[in-house]
Amino acid sequence: MAPSAPTDYHPVVLDRPGLQSLIDALVTDGRRVIGPTVRDGAVVYDEITQIGELPGGWGDDQGPGRYRLRRRDDDLLFGYAVGPDSWKRFLFPPVSTTWRAEVSREGVEVAPPAEVPRYAFLGVRACELAAIAVQDRVLVQTNYPDRDYAARREQALFIAVNCSSPATTCFCPSMGTGPRVGSGHDLALTEIPDPAGSRFLVEIGSERGAAIAARLATREAAPADREAAAAVWSGAAAAVSRALQADGLKDVLVHNLEHPRWDTVASRCLACANCTMVCPTCFCADFREAASLSPDHAEQHRTWATCFSVDHSQLHGGSMRWTTRSRYRQWMTHKLATWHDQFGTSGCVGCGRCIAWCPVGIDITEEAATIRATDGLTRLPAGATP
Amino acid sequence: MALALPADVRPADAMVPVPYRVVGRARETADTVTLSLEPVGSPIVTPAPGQFNMLYAFGVGEVPISISGIDAGQRVRHTVRAVGAVSQELCAAEAGAMVGVRGPFGTDWGIDSAAGGDVIVIAGGIGLAPLRPVVHELLRNRRRFRRVTVLVGARSPEELVFRGEVASWQASARITVRTTVDYATAAWKGDVGVVPTLIERVTIDPEVTTVMICGPEVMLRFTAAEVLGRGVAAERVRVSMERNVQCGVGRCGHCQLGPVLICLHGPVFPWSRVGPLLARREL
Amino acid sequence: MKTIAELLAEQTFFQGLDQGSLDFVAGCGRNVHYSAGDRILTQGEPAHTFYLLRSGSVALSFYVPGRGGVIIDTLDGGDVLGWSWLFEPYKWQFDAEARADVAAVAFDGVCLRNKCDSDAQLGYLLVQRFAKVMLARLQSVRMRMLDIYGPGTPS
Repeated sequence: MAPSAPTDYHPVVLDRPGLQSLIDALVTDGRRVIGPTVRDGAVVYDEITQIGELPGGWGDDQGPGRYRLRRRDDDLLFGYAVGPDSWKRFLFPPVSTTWRAEVSREGVEVAPPAEVPRYAFLGVRACELAAIAVQDRVLVQTNYPDRDYAARREQALFIAVNCSSPATTCFCPSMGTGPRVGSGHDLALTEIPDPAGSRFLVEIGSERGAAIAARLATREAAPADREAAAAVWSGAAAAVSRALQADGLKDVLVHNLEHPRWDTVASRCLACANCTMVCPTCFCADFREAASLSPDHAEQHRTWATCFSVDHSQLHGGSMRWTTRSRYRQWMTHKLATWHDQFGTSGCVGCGRCIAWCPVGIDITEEAATIRATDGLTRLPAGATP
Repeated sequence: MALALPADVRPADAMVPVPYRVVGRARETADTVTLSLEPVGSPIVTPAPGQFNMLYAFGVGEVPISISGIDAGQRVRHTVRAVGAVSQELCAAEAGAMVGVRGPFGTDWGIDSAAGGDVIVIAGGIGLAPLRPVVHELLRNRRRFRRVTVLVGARSPEELVFRGEVASWQASARITVRTTVDYATAAWKGDVGVVPTLIERVTIDPEVTTVMICGPEVMLRFTAAEVLGRGVAAERVRVSMERNVQCGVGRCGHCQLGPVLICLHGPVFPWSRVGPLLARREL
Repeated sequence: MKTIAELLAEQTFFQGLDQGSLDFVAGCGRNVHYSAGDRILTQGEPAHTFYLLRSGSVALSFYVPGRGGVIIDTLDGGDVLGWSWLFEPYKWQFDAEARADVAAVAFDGVCLRNKCDSDAQLGYLLVQRFAKVMLARLQSVRMRMLDIYGPGTPS
C-alpha cells in the first residue's frame, strides 16, 4: 500500500504539558529546538528547551517603522505576529563558511564540509513556510544548489503554528501565503485559547510529523476542538487589514522604472538595509576571503549582503547603482517583479517585516499601490510636491 | 515569463576552487598578463569560448575572469588585468604558483550558430580575451564560415593585448583583421579612431552575419548601434557583459541586471536581450 | 578610363548631387597619386585643396615637440581629407601623410569656394556633406575622450 498522503492524517489535540513533551522528544532525537522567545524587547528565534521560554502572554503592536511588545490579556504562547528574526538566520546564517583549506607546498587540502545542525523549528508561520519555499527555489532548485542550505533544510523539522494575532503590517492573504498553514510543515499547531491554559490542535503534515505525534500523549480532536481552531483561523484572516495587489504588478513595475515615486521614496530611504536583513527571502550574499593570520590556512565565508550598499554592484570602474533611488528600485523591483523572471515566483510573502523595521516607515504595499495608481507617470505634475 | 535555466545540473559543489598550477605567464601590457594554468589533480570541465572561471588567489580572494585560451589537453589560459587586490595578486603569480579555479560558468558565444555565414568579431581593450578562443575556432574551421573579420580597439598600441598573435592573424590573410587605437605615434601602422569607425569600413551582409562584441560597456553600446544601423538583426549581435560576479552560479545576487543574472544567463547575451536593459541607467 | 565625374558619382560623399553640380565639381578636380610616406598636407601651410581618397591610407597627425607626430585619425578609401580650405584662415591644422599608396581626386578649393559663394544651393549641399563628416570625426573624438578602456595603471 502506498504511504498515506499527509491529508489522510487525523488532527489530534495536545495540551500544554504535551507541548513540553514535544520539545523533550525533539531534544531526545538530538535536535536543537529553535523557537520564539522574548529578548531585547522583541520576539526573536533562539534555542529553547522549556515552554516557559516561549513568549507566553506577549503580543506585538506593529506599524510602519514601529514594533512594540505588549502584554496580552491572555497567556497565549504564540499570540504575537512575527518579529525581526526569520528562520533564514538558521537555514542561511548571516555568516557561514563556504569552504576551508590548508595550503602547503604539495598542494591544497580542502576540508570536508562541516556537519550541519539538526534543527526543529517551533512556531513557524504560514508566511515563513512560504518564504522557505522561496529560498528553496533560489538556493536549492537550481543547477548549482547551495550545499549548506540544502543540508540544513533537509535536516530541519518544521512545527508550524497558525497565526492567531496578525499585525497591522501583515498582508499574507494578498500574497497567497497565509495566515493559515497549508503546506511545508511536519506538524501544524493551532493554539486554542482556554482559561485553563491553551491547548493545541495538531495537524500532521508529513510522516516525520506523524512519527513524532505518535510518541506524544494526544487525544483525537473532538468537533469542539475543530470548531475552536477554525475560529482562530477565520479570526486571523479577518484581522489582516493590509494588502498588496499582486496581479499584474510585475508589468506595472518594470514599465515604471523612471516613475517619480522612486525619487520620493529615495528622499526618505536611509539605505540602512534593515528591510533586506529582516526579509525572510532576501538571499544576496558576499562570498569573500576570510582574513587569516596563518599563511597556510584559507577559507571563504558567505555573509549576508544587501542591495542597499553602494558596493553591492561595484565593478572596478565604480558602482553600477550609486543613488539610493536606484538601490531602492532594485530591491523592490527585484522582490516584486524580476524575482518572477529569475525564480518563477514573487520574492515577497507578505510578512510585513520590512514595513515595521524600516526606521522611516517606508511601506512596500503603499509604494506599489502608488506606482500602480499613477502608472506611466515619468515626472511630477508642475507644482506637485513629491 | 520565466528565464530558462541551463539544463545541465552540476552535482559537485561549485563553490570549492579546484587547484591549478601556473605553468606559463606572458606579459601582455604594463598591467595585464596571460596565465597558463594546468590542473594539479582533476581538471574542471572543458570550457566553451565565452565562458568564464572564478580565479582564486590563495589568502586574497576570488574574481571572475574570462577564458582567453582553451588548449588541447587540460590547459586553460586567463588574461588578467591588475585592477584590484585579487587581480594584482593573480598578475603577480609566477610559474609554479598555485591558484584556485571554479567553473566554467555562464553562456558561450554560440559559434556553431554562425557557421555558413559571415562572422565579425569586435573587441575593445581586454575584451579581446574572451573572443580569442572564438578566433582560434574560426581559424581552425575556417571553411565552415564565409567572411571572417576581426576588429580590435585599444587605447594605445602599447595597450593592445595578444599583439604578436593579432599580427600573425593579419599576416595569415585567412581572415580580415583591423586594429585601431585612440592615438598613436608614427610608428603605429594600424588605424587611429574608435571601433565604430572601423565598422563603417567593413563589408556587411546583414542577413548572414553574426557579430560578437566584447569591451567596455560604452563601447558595446556604440558598437552595437553601428552594427544594427547596418541592418544586422539584434538577435545576431552578441555581447559579453560584465558585472560584480561573486558566486558565479546565480546565488549571490550581485550581478543582476534587471531580470537577468549575468553569471547564469550571461555573460554572453544577444543584444535583443540586454540592449534595452543597458539603456536603463543604474539598473 | 573613367572620367572624374564618373569617379565622383561612385562615392557616397557626392551621392544625391545633380549632374550639373557633379560636372562642375568634377571640373575642379584632378587625379593625384601619393606613395607611402609622402607628405600630403603640412600644418600651417595654405589650405586650398581637398581630397577624396579613392584608395590607400592616410594618417592625420599633430606634431608634439618631444613626442613627434601623434596620429589622431587615419583615413581610408571613400574618406574625405581636408576641410580647412572651406574656412578662414585657410591653413592646414594637421599634417597628413600617405601610409600606403594613395589614389585620390584633388579639388581646387578656391574654385569650389567661389562657386559655393555664387551658387548657394550647391554651397549648402557641399557644406552639409562636410558637416556630416565633421560630426562623425567629432563623435569619434568625443568617444575617445571618455577614455573607456579604464585606468592605464592599477588604481
